[in-house]
Amino acid sequence: MNHGNGWVQLALYIGALLLITKPLGLYLLQVLDAKGKTCVDPVVRPIERLTYRICGIDPEAEQSWIGYTFSLLAFSVTGLVFTYVILRLQGRLPLNPQHLPSLNQHLAFNTAASFTTNTNWQFYTGEATMSYLSQMVALTLHNWTSAAVGIAAAAALVRGLSRASAKTLGNFWVDLIRISYYLLAPIGFAFAIFLVWQGVPENFLPYTVAKTVETHADQTIVQGPIASQIAIKMLGTNGGGYSSANAAHPFENPTPLSNFVQMLSIFAIPSALTFYLGRMVKQPGHGWAVWSAMFVLFLGGALATWSAEAAGNPIHQHLGVGPADGNMEGKEVRFGVFDSSLFATITTDASCGAVNAMHDSFTPLGGMIPLFNIQTGEVIFGGVGAGLYGMLIFVVLAVFIAGLMVGRTPEYVGKKIEAYDVKMAMLALMVLAATILGFTAWASVAKWGLAALGNAGPHGFGEILYAYSSCVGNNGSAFAGLSGNEVHWDDTTGFAMLIGRFLMMIPILALAGNLGAKKVIPASAGTFRTEGITFVVLLIGTVLLVGALTFLPALAMGPIVEHFLMRAGTLF
Amino acid sequence: MSTKAVSLFDREILGKALVDSIVKLNPRQQLKNPVMFITLIGAILTFEQLLTPKEPFGYVLQVALWLLFTVIFANFAEAVAEGRGKAQARSLRSTRKQLVAKRRRADGSLENVDASQLRRNDVVVVVAGEVIPGDGDVVEGAASVDESAITGESAPVIREAGGDRSAVTGGTTVLSDSLSIRVTADPGEGFLDHMISLVEGASRQKTPNEIALTILLSALTVIFLLVIIALKPFGTYANVPFSITALIALLVCLIPTTIGGLLSAIGIAGMDRLLQRNVLAMSGRAVEAAGDIDVLLLDKTGTITLGNRQASDFVPAPGVPSERLADAAQLASLADETPEGRSIVVLAKDLFNLRGREIGRPHTFVPFTAQTRMSGIDIPAHGGQAMRTIRKGAADNVQAWVEAQGGTCPPTIVDAVADISRQGGTPLVVAEGREVLGVIFLRDVVKGGIRERFAELRSMGIRTVMITGDNPLTAAAIAAEAGVDDFLARATPEMKLARIRAEQGSGHLVAMTGDGTNDAPALAQADVGVAMNTGTQAAKEAGNMVDLDSNPTKLLEIVNIGKQMLVTRGALTTFSIANDVAKYFAIIPAMLVGAFPAIGPLNIMHLASPRSAILSAVIFNAIIIIALIPLALKGVKYRPIGAAALLQRNLIIYGLGGIVIPFIGIKFIDVLINALHLV
Repeated sequence: MNHGNGWVQLALYIGALLLITKPLGLYLLQVLDAKGKTCVDPVVRPIERLTYRICGIDPEAEQSWIGYTFSLLAFSVTGLVFTYVILRLQGRLPLNPQHLPSLNQHLAFNTAASFTTNTNWQFYTGEATMSYLSQMVALTLHNWTSAAVGIAAAAALVRGLSRASAKTLGNFWVDLIRISYYLLAPIGFAFAIFLVWQGVPENFLPYTVAKTVETHADQTIVQGPIASQIAIKMLGTNGGGYSSANAAHPFENPTPLSNFVQMLSIFAIPSALTFYLGRMVKQPGHGWAVWSAMFVLFLGGALATWSAEAAGNPIHQHLGVGPADGNMEGKEVRFGVFDSSLFATITTDASCGAVNAMHDSFTPLGGMIPLFNIQTGEVIFGGVGAGLYGMLIFVVLAVFIAGLMVGRTPEYVGKKIEAYDVKMAMLALMVLAATILGFTAWASVAKWGLAALGNAGPHGFGEILYAYSSCVGNNGSAFAGLSGNEVHWDDTTGFAMLIGRFLMMIPILALAGNLGAKKVIPASAGTFRTEGITFVVLLIGTVLLVGALTFLPALAMGPIVEHFLMRAGTLF
Repeated sequence: MSTKAVSLFDREILGKALVDSIVKLNPRQQLKNPVMFITLIGAILTFEQLLTPKEPFGYVLQVALWLLFTVIFANFAEAVAEGRGKAQARSLRSTRKQLVAKRRRADGSLENVDASQLRRNDVVVVVAGEVIPGDGDVVEGAASVDESAITGESAPVIREAGGDRSAVTGGTTVLSDSLSIRVTADPGEGFLDHMISLVEGASRQKTPNEIALTILLSALTVIFLLVIIALKPFGTYANVPFSITALIALLVCLIPTTIGGLLSAIGIAGMDRLLQRNVLAMSGRAVEAAGDIDVLLLDKTGTITLGNRQASDFVPAPGVPSERLADAAQLASLADETPEGRSIVVLAKDLFNLRGREIGRPHTFVPFTAQTRMSGIDIPAHGGQAMRTIRKGAADNVQAWVEAQGGTCPPTIVDAVADISRQGGTPLVVAEGREVLGVIFLRDVVKGGIRERFAELRSMGIRTVMITGDNPLTAAAIAAEAGVDDFLARATPEMKLARIRAEQGSGHLVAMTGDGTNDAPALAQADVGVAMNTGTQAAKEAGNMVDLDSNPTKLLEIVNIGKQMLVTRGALTTFSIANDVAKYFAIIPAMLVGAFPAIGPLNIMHLASPRSAILSAVIFNAIIIIALIPLALKGVKYRPIGAAALLQRNLIIYGLGGIVIPFIGIKFIDVLINALHLV
């Protein structure tokens, strides 16, 4: 296998990511400032003003953290209910040329929760379940808004960090509207056009039924408004595929270039948000330090997955598969080992969940890396907004523990980290650990849990662990093999997604409010600087240590044991 | 208190601590420390496993015992720290013998009462040879007092009514004369009482940072508890029946027992270190705040410069011989008993061989007052000799005095005054009648080594502000010579207070020392206010620390102790959490290898057997607490090398070290217990 191609692609990818971070970050600074100025103002500004007037929003009025959180939750719950209702009534609504029936209540709840929380976990086959109306209104709507909500929450936290003795964190409605209008809409539009150029369909035609050449069987060819959905699914780190094959489907991801740009678009906003952070706290080095920590974690994961997949499966090799081919099981031949490994790493780092290969078919270690990426709390660039605020939890912890070692009460960007802040940060981490481990433990001994397993032994356990990790982490990718869409699965994963999203956001916004109200202590030679190599290493160490200490026993029971068993000649 | 430092492991303290560490097993006491509470519960559950042995009895018994030892060791650490505090407290208390006080009745007569009967505002009379029965203010008289019982300093000090030397402390002895003292504290509420209860740990409250750290440790404990609880069903899934003993062992190894067990000892030891340096802190909070200080307000005199200024030169006015100036200066200083005044007399003698002499005719000395800011001598006309009036004092005042008589101050004198000020000296202008004779150059002597000390503070991120009553020019020159960052000239107590508020307003934490009653508001406002023991009762009550040695330089040491306490906490927390990596590598393979022999390679330490692996990890986890007690009590050394370098250093030692050391330790213990056939 030609590793050279992989290295070149990796270098190109890193270069492109670095290149877009600053310009997009500068643009974010304007978008996330109610008085910011952008190049699309002439077109968008009037629409923005009109929206404020119709909705009765005073763009000048800022909210306290409680007001902000309340608005955010009210908006999300409304969206949840709206989607639930549409899915339940799908059979009676228009734009349904395939005459697909309505969804049952559990699947409708699961799907509504999934899209509201930016998870896009899919217990259904898109093309066989969702009408065009459901895809475009009930689901794509959330692709926009859930992304905007995530970015808004991150912006509120960053404002809390950058302000001193402040009572407010911004206005949620203004953030929501500005992020949608100025950020997601223009970039999403351009991206969709690009995808159409690359060959992704965008139409309202019914599926085409064709006769196959060899057997003259009927083949249903999926189409519809795909390009627009793909654009936002990547940009907003949603990840819900239009079709079940997701980004492995030639209509969703037709060319090497579309594959490259899709991977880039996943990291685009999360990466730019670190730049936004640095500028807002007037410590650009800190933004880059957070970026670097994310980057090193990403690179390590990508190389580990790549090497595990390139090494392949010794059992297959005994059967005559050339070792140079690596592990090609479950991979689209168009992408091969490297692009599949890189995509898998990116999509799990960033809580996107779109896939261009089946993670379930990765080697045990190759599949463990994506799983562990999710279990770090989706902080390696992470979901739009969610990645940054998740990472800042680790920053607070790193600063608190190590900051003591410089002989001062720990402080972060001039804010003293005190009992309340530690409490909120730890609360968010506890929610993450408790939900993943709790549901996994339940499902791994319950009848309903075991009934859904397609694989036995540690691999089956890995599937359960992956499912709940993915839901709590709001990732949405899955180890296939679970025949989900059963009442318990629908409900538990639905709750896992809601908990992983909102019970994480509330403590974070509380933290933002508390930090924003604090005085800023001027930096001095005695201050622990949150930039530079020492800090980057410290932050990486904290993420790895907290993630490893929490999930190592579970991983040991799954992929780690599986790996050793594979080496000993057993597969599952 | 005779403050000889109690040796780290005093035999008597250790013996008592051993008993205390068993007494402290009381679950109600353990509840205060969630980490150790969970450990205790784990130990009890493991003992219960002995009733229905599924595993070898000896092995389960050993695990259970070591878990119990983990709790006892943590108790022991706390008990040792408290024991050291108690030893200090005992020596404090020994000054509190049963005293009989002479209380003054309303009619002025005296009655004998027990010292414990004294109440606030009672007035007692203490004569030479008697011990002062309680804290108070001198309302009448002046006397020399031996305060060695408190300060360890044998030279007696003067205590007198009014002014800044009026405070006396219970337990000290009047050496001469007699004092009437108004008692300022009810029994049991005096300064010593307060300190005794603090060092004994009785009234110890958790400091803000300690609370935050406890929350972190508790949350980690909850997370690990979830991890272990979830492992049981995971095992059921995989058909691996994990034993309760193994699960509890893993839990206790994972939760941060090392820092959890040593946390309170670190706090108590911090107070204790202050006490050894003769500083009484009113709360642990103040000690912690000392570590955060980033602005120090330091009085110039006594802290930055030697107390006394020395006359070093005479600068005559044009046409005035130097000798005449020196003669007038000496005459004006004859009655001046201040060190400055004496230095003028000596300088005149040294330079011009002018001897202190009898003036030989009637004369009056004019003493210095705060209003006139001049002193001098008036010699009326006598026997054909003209009347002489000589004054020396601050330039402005002497100039005004001369001009009031129709004289003028020559410009060269104005220049000389400015010049001396610029050089950090104090100019004293000497005038006779309407004629200005010249200027005396009083030089401030900056203490040796102080410049280096300030540079060190700067590298710690602490800004120093010199407080002085001098004019701005003088202040600037001394500030430059001493290397302070900023100064506050012609400072009044109000200006000090305003300065502290301004610094705090822009986010700084301020420490200062003070002794006078008029320092009290500023001492109360400062984040760390250190009152001098020689100061007034008001000042002592306003501050949150008292320095028994009354040494203003002590502030620097206080900051160091505060920082040291925080560094120790951070270092041990990091170490404790980093330890978990190795413990996982010891225990997880041990738990799984029975069901999945293929994972053998995961046992990277090559521990002999699953049971010896688990037992080794538990033993390591317990004895590391004992091993770290000296570090917790002595504290991690704070090095003023800047935050970045310090962090890097400590991260390598306690972070990286914390990952590596348990691998070695557990392997060593495993070899040992297998050699001894314990499993």
